[in-house]
Amino acid sequence: MIFGLEFPPIENLVEWPNFAGDSWYGFNKIALTYLIATAATAIFFLVAASGKSLVPKGVQNLAESSVKFIEDGIVMETIGPDGIRYIPYLASLFFFILISNLFEVVPGWQMPANARMGGPAFLALLTWAFFIIVGIKHQGPLKYFKGALFPPGVPKALYILVTPIEFISTFLVRPFSLAVRLFANMLAGHILLVTFAVLCATLWALNGLVLALPFSFFMLVALTGFEIMVSFLQAYIFTILAAVYLGGAMHPEH
Amino acid sequence: MSALVLAQEAVAQTPDDIKAAAGAQGAGMAYGLAAIGPGIGIGYLVGQSVQAMARQPEAAGMVRTTMFLGIAFTEALALIGFVVFILLKFV
Repeated sequence: MIFGLEFPPIENLVEWPNFAGDSWYGFNKIALTYLIATAATAIFFLVAASGKSLVPKGVQNLAESSVKFIEDGIVMETIGPDGIRYIPYLASLFFFILISNLFEVVPGWQMPANARMGGPAFLALLTWAFFIIVGIKHQGPLKYFKGALFPPGVPKALYILVTPIEFISTFLVRPFSLAVRLFANMLAGHILLVTFAVLCATLWALNGLVLALPFSFFMLVALTGFEIMVSFLQAYIFTILAAVYLGGAMHPEH
Repeated sequence: MSALVLAQEAVAQTPDDIKAAAGAQGAGMAYGLAAIGPGIGIGYLVGQSVQAMARQPEAAGMVRTTMFLGIAFTEALALIGFVVFILLKFV
């Protein structure tokens, strides 16, 4: 306690009690957030798909621009035209992560569901399985692993060094870094917002230090805006890295 | 560093306290050191990509995409340092 300012224990920031049910299969706020994100993504695209006008308006226009953004900005830049069949997966991934991240700044809710490792770990494992299966399907298992672990153009003696590095970097570090990047960004943003919010509340309650309140409040507002940008950016980076890994699995290095 | 260790031993008494104090010290050092490299790396990367976009504005879209990819990779290292911080301080 410094000047009467106390920070809540970290469990209060990230652990949520179950609404009903026992420990690990109980339903809590994080699960509810993921449910809402899934439902919102599904309803958004279903409603947009039911509008069949050639010149899109309203929700259909929004959904078509989003798919165009994924197609031009993510798939065309990294995979090329053969990647168009993966746009459904990448678009769903992008919107699911975006909506579950945006709950960090919704007043009253204020918990990004990806601040717990469960969601990011699952999405990373799913993407990892996906790009391995795509590689095996496109190039055959032997050729895919041979091309990934023994990249062509390397002098034969150096394979002793290069192959373990390639194995660790392609099959171990990729899913781990995908999960940790999303998780740690969201957790760090959440802790920052909680710090400044608790600071504002405490400074308001303690009349002696209230002169510092505008600065703390300004930081809280600025960080909320920053966290909106980070939510979008992390969804974009997860999706574009998934696209890069898919492209790497489909097109072997020559 | 030894002054910190002495101060820590003067105040913390039980083994749990010493562990918590050492964990907090290690956590601070861990994240502080982990933030240096990616800070320099991302600054250099964005500077080079701004230069590239200024030299050839038609390639700006491609440069921007590659810039985001590069930022994601270097930032992952800083974030792994943050995870180490959380593990040392709160676990």
